[in-house]
Amino acid sequence: MKTRLSLNQKSTLLSLVLFGVILLVWQLATLPQADTVAAGVDPEYAALMGGGGATAASSFPTPAAMGQTLWDKLSDPFYDNGPNDKGIGIQLAYSLVRVLGGFFLAAMVAIPLGFVIGNSRVIYQAVDPYVQVLKPISPLAWMPLALYTIKDASASSIFVIFICSLWPMLINTAHGVANVRHDWLDVSRTLEVNPLRKAFRVILPAAAPTILAGMRISMGIAWLVIVAAEMLVGGTGIGYFVWNEWNNLSLTNVLFAILMIGVVGMALDSVFGVLSKRVAYQE
Amino acid sequence: MTSPLSHPFLQVENLARIYPSPTGGDDVTVFDHVNFRIHKGEFVAVTGHSGCGKSTILNILAGLDAASTGNVFMDGREVAGPSLDRGVIFQSHALMPWLTVLENVSFAVKSRWPRWNKQKVCDHAMRYIELVGLKGAEHKKPSQLSGGMKQRVGIARAFSIEPKMLLMDEPFGALDALTRGVIQEELLKICAETQQTVFMITHDVDEAILLSDKIMLMSNGPHARIAEIVNNTLPRPRERSAIHKQPHYYPIRNHLVDFLVSRSKQFGALRDAPDATSSPTVFDPADLLESFESTQPELNVVPAPPVGKPHIHLVNA
Ligand SMILES: Nc1ncnc2c1ncn2[C@@H]1O[C@H](COP(=O)(O)OP(=O)(O)OP(=O)(O)O)[C@@H](O)[C@H]1O
Ligand SMILES: [Mg+2]
Repeated sequence: MKTRLSLNQKSTLLSLVLFGVILLVWQLATLPQADTVAAGVDPEYAALMGGGGATAASSFPTPAAMGQTLWDKLSDPFYDNGPNDKGIGIQLAYSLVRVLGGFFLAAMVAIPLGFVIGNSRVIYQAVDPYVQVLKPISPLAWMPLALYTIKDASASSIFVIFICSLWPMLINTAHGVANVRHDWLDVSRTLEVNPLRKAFRVILPAAAPTILAGMRISMGIAWLVIVAAEMLVGGTGIGYFVWNEWNNLSLTNVLFAILMIGVVGMALDSVFGVLSKRVAYQE
Repeated sequence: MTSPLSHPFLQVENLARIYPSPTGGDDVTVFDHVNFRIHKGEFVAVTGHSGCGKSTILNILAGLDAASTGNVFMDGREVAGPSLDRGVIFQSHALMPWLTVLENVSFAVKSRWPRWNKQKVCDHAMRYIELVGLKGAEHKKPSQLSGGMKQRVGIARAFSIEPKMLLMDEPFGALDALTRGVIQEELLKICAETQQTVFMITHDVDEAILLSDKIMLMSNGPHARIAEIVNNTLPRPRERSAIHKQPHYYPIRNHLVDFLVSRSKQFGALRDAPDATSSPTVFDPADLLESFESTQPELNVVPAPPVGKPHIHLVNA
C-alpha cells in the first residue's frame, strides 16, 4: 500500500529524526571515558570543574541525567526554600513579571508617542536624531545609571527592559502611522471624521500590523535582555538562576534553564504571532 | 426641479492651479480660467487628456485640495474643506480592508449621523448595499470581492451619506467593459431615483453620453481650461443597448471624439492671451446634428451601430 504523507507529517517526522540524532550525538559525546577529562586540559582547571580524572565520567550531563532533571524540576516548579533555592516556575515568573512590566510601560509610552511622531513631519524630523543616538545603546549600559537613580535592583531591571522595548515599538508605530494610505485618510476627511475617531478607527487599524511587528521585536529583545540583566543584579529571576547554577557548577541545571528560556521565549513570540494574524488585513 | 434661473447649485469661478517651476524658471500653470456651474440634479461629465488637471479640479471641489486662485461655491457657501455634503467615489475605491462591506458603509453612515443607534445605522447601510446589488456579500472583506464589487461598495458608501453632490474620479476606469456596463446602468437608475447632482471624470466617451446631462471638454495643459460644453439632451430614461439609436447620439459622439483627437490641442492659442474670453463654447445636439449631416451629405440616416460597438477609450499618454 502506498501512503502519501502530507507536508505537515513529513516535517514532523523529520523533526523527530533530528531530535533523535541530537540525542544520539549528545549521548556519544558524554559517554564515560576514563582519563580523557584531564587530557589536554590544565589540571587545575579540571580539578575546579569537578574532580579531574577521578570520577572518570564526563561532567557534562548525559541525556538521561538531563531527562531526570527535567522531570524533577518540572514536577515541582513552585517550591521555595529560601533565596538560593526556588522552583523554576517561581524564577520564570519573576522574570516574566519584569519583562511584561517593562514592556507594557514601554508600550504605553511608545505607541502614543509614535502616533504623535508619525502624524507630524516636523516632530518626526525633530525627534529622529535622538532616537538614532539612543537606539543603538545596549540596554545593559543603562544599568549603572538605573541602579544609581532608582536604587532598587528589581525596578532597575524593569527600567532596562523598558528602555530596550521602547525603540522598536516607537519606530514602528511612527512608521506605520506616517505611512497610512492616503486614500483612507481622504475618505475620513470627506466623511468629516473627528480626530479621535480617525485615530482609533482608521489610523490604528491601518498601522496595527506594523505596530504589532514592532511589539514583537521589542518582546524578543526584552526576553534576551532580562537574562543578562538578572545575571547582573542578582536576587531572583531566570537570569540569576543561570548564574547561581553556574556558581554551583551544576551544568545540568544551567542546561535546563537554557531550555526553559528558549521555551518561554518561543511562547511569548507565538502570542504575538497570533495577535499579528488578528490585525493583519489583505489589501 | 432644476431652476437654472436662480443661482446655480455649484459655481466655480476662475479656478487655477499653478506649480512653482522645479528648475526655477517660469511657474507651471496646469489650468486657469476654469469657470463652470452645475445645477441641482444635474449630471456633469468631464473629459480631457491625461494631465490636464481633471483630478485636481475634482479634489478642489471635494475640499481635499486647494486652488491657487479662484473660488468654489456650493449652495451659496464657499467650499473651504472636505464636507459630508460632497460624497467622493475614489478611483481606487479606497475601502478599508480591515472592515467588512457592511462595516465600510456603516462607518460612513455613522459619520453622517453620529447619534443614530447601531440598528438604525445598520439598516440604513444595508439599504444602500442592496441598492448596488451586494446583498449577501455584506459580511465579506474587500479582499474577497471582485474589482466591480469593490467599486459598488464605494458607490454604496458615497450614496449612503446622502450627499448634496457626488464627485467621481474615473470610477469605472479599472473595470472590464462588461462589468462597467452593468454598474453604469445601476448608477443611472440610482441617480434617477435620488435626483443626485454629480460631477464625474471619465475617459470613456460612451460613458459620458450615457450618463450625463452636460459634458465638459478640457483642452490640453498647460493652461488647460474648459473649452467646450456639450448639452446632452438625449431623452431619459436611457438604456445602454438602445441609446445609439437616438438621432443625436452619433453627432454628439463624433463631436466629442473630434475634440479629443484634434481640437483639444488647438486651444494653446489661449495661453498667449490670458485675458481672452474664459467662457467655453456651448454646443447643443441640434447644432451638432446639422453639422453632422452637412459633413455627411450622402448619408442622411444615422449609421447602423457596428456589431459589438467598440468603446472609444483614450489611452493615457
Ligand atoms: N507637485 C507638482 N508639481 C508640478 N506639477 C504637478 C504637481 N502635481 C501635479 N502636477 C501636474 O498637475 C497636472 C494635473 O494632474 P491631474 O492628476 O489633475 O491630471 P488628470 O487630468 O486627472 O489626469 P489623468 O486623466 O491622467 O487622471 C499634471 O499635468 C501634473 O503633471
Ligand atoms: Mg486623474
